[in-house]
Amino acid sequence: MSKIIANNNIVPKQRTRTGAITYFFRQWELQLMVIPAIFFIFIFSYVPMYGTLMAFQNYNIFKGFWQSPWTGFDHFQLFFHSRDFWPVMRNTLVISILKLAIGFPAPILLALMLNEVRKMMFKRVVQTITYLPHFMSWVIVAGFTISILSTDNGSFNILLHKLNIIDEPVNWLSTSEYFWTILVSANVWKDIGFSSIIYLAAIAGVNQDMYEAAAIDGASRLKQMFLITLPSILPVIIIFMILAIGNLLNAGFEDILLLATNPALRDVSDVLDTYVYRMGIQTSRFSYATAVGLFKAVISVTLLTIANLLARRSGNSLW
Amino acid sequence: MRYYTFGDRVMSITIYCLLTLLAFTTFYPFWNALVISFNNGLDTSLGGITFWPRKFTLENYGIVFQDKRLLNGFMVALLRTAVGTVISILCTAIFAYGMTKRELVGRKFYMVVGIVTLYFNGGLIPYYLLIKDLGLRDTFWVMVIPGAISVWNMIIFRTFFMGLPAGLDESAKIDGCGHWGTFFRIVLPLSGPVIATLSLFTAVYHWNDWFTPGIFITKQNLLPIQTMLKQILNSNIMTEQMAQLDSAAQGVVSRMRSVTTKSLSMATMMVATLPIVMVYPFVQKYFVKGVLVGSLKE
Repeated sequence: MSKIIANNNIVPKQRTRTGAITYFFRQWELQLMVIPAIFFIFIFSYVPMYGTLMAFQNYNIFKGFWQSPWTGFDHFQLFFHSRDFWPVMRNTLVISILKLAIGFPAPILLALMLNEVRKMMFKRVVQTITYLPHFMSWVIVAGFTISILSTDNGSFNILLHKLNIIDEPVNWLSTSEYFWTILVSANVWKDIGFSSIIYLAAIAGVNQDMYEAAAIDGASRLKQMFLITLPSILPVIIIFMILAIGNLLNAGFEDILLLATNPALRDVSDVLDTYVYRMGIQTSRFSYATAVGLFKAVISVTLLTIANLLARRSGNSLW
Repeated sequence: MRYYTFGDRVMSITIYCLLTLLAFTTFYPFWNALVISFNNGLDTSLGGITFWPRKFTLENYGIVFQDKRLLNGFMVALLRTAVGTVISILCTAIFAYGMTKRELVGRKFYMVVGIVTLYFNGGLIPYYLLIKDLGLRDTFWVMVIPGAISVWNMIIFRTFFMGLPAGLDESAKIDGCGHWGTFFRIVLPLSGPVIATLSLFTAVYHWNDWFTPGIFITKQNLLPIQTMLKQILNSNIMTEQMAQLDSAAQGVVSRMRSVTTKSLSMATMMVATLPIVMVYPFVQKYFVKGVLVGSLKE
């Protein structure tokens, strides 16, 4: 009889400790669905979190985590005083602000434009084509970028040559001045379509009567776009804006690794994440790289908390 | 009926032009790479290949498909995608089903344990050392096991399962089904749409991931095609840069070589992205659905 009760959805409001334990063992079949996953999360997520403590150690690969000597904030100071600190911070902030300033409004603009298209066939074709790059890996996208911009048979050089803008093909990807533009363009190219889906969905929820009323009052379609559609999806835009601010230090990783293969670009391409990769994996300075990563994580969490405070003030909390 | 003014017309035409331009810009790099991959490698080096191949040939694809290493990379990627997706979806769905049960002791705690990982992680280096210490380096499983549980997908599965009629569970229980039986016989067969959507995203991730094998695998025969492609592209850029630095006579030789490999690497790229492009038109609507399901949680 008690077994049936246990299996029913009746949970005693106040469980004593021993009660909970017997209850736990009685439902072992159910616990077996969850506990392996929790154990898995513990290993693959929490152990590395604990492992970040090696930022305060001189981690030695032969001694391991437990025997390595503690050094306090040495690695942090080393990073703050190193020659790399300011360039890396500058690149991180500039690249991510550029991505935000251009990559954020672009899909909104696309969604607004797609919404004005009355020819369904045309709309569907544009959507199908622009969503596709999102599903290609960065290796492929970088391959396209390199191919289009290359000096032999690069279409971009051919185009500029035909338009008489340049006489000699330019090696765009080896010149530091162009790197940020190329990086941001490749990002917009890859994700503009897919990111617009969410705004299109928001636009679909806008009350159609408002357009009718506005049209009767003589508002042009351009006016309707900016005075009805845009304000109606503003809450969605704000939420995504806040999320983007929380991600401000994630300037990019795969895209930069793949596009900035030329070491000459390092002055403009090295951001916190690629710096951690370079220091940690390529030159095995594990503790130093972890310290840099931890520094970034602390700022990121602070930014996310601030962003959430802002969100709460606007009435759309994330958690 | 809407009333169109002259200004509206102008705006409409502008929008059609801009969207056409965008679609063209998105499509062109793909088309151009396809054209180069079908063009004779030496001819490509003369430049000027844009919309149509000048000297059509299947040679490049012939070389790609005869290259045992590339073919092996393709198979590794396929196997990894299949195994990784099945394991991830199954394990995550079981986890999610357990998490729907009100009577689960410690449910709140488990949920917090999961959600914390969405906001915090240990970063690249501790993770790298963990994988090394677990002895997963240079094994096939390093590409599969770490993705077995996805907390994000668990939340989506859980939301879906909770939307199923509660009576189903009840009647299964009365008929003598345990939790596992109910899950496999009742819940899983009813979850077609959500399984399809999440499987697609997981499969795309597995197919496209070049970074994990890039840092954890050194054995050539275990590398998936995306990682190999990355190495090919890198060596291509190097040859191109070297060609520019070289003296004139030598320059021409290595230039020829680099461009010949360009047609080849375009063919490899086409092969590496083929599965996605082929599947994509049929599953586009699931992708769109998926992004909306995910966004509800935010």
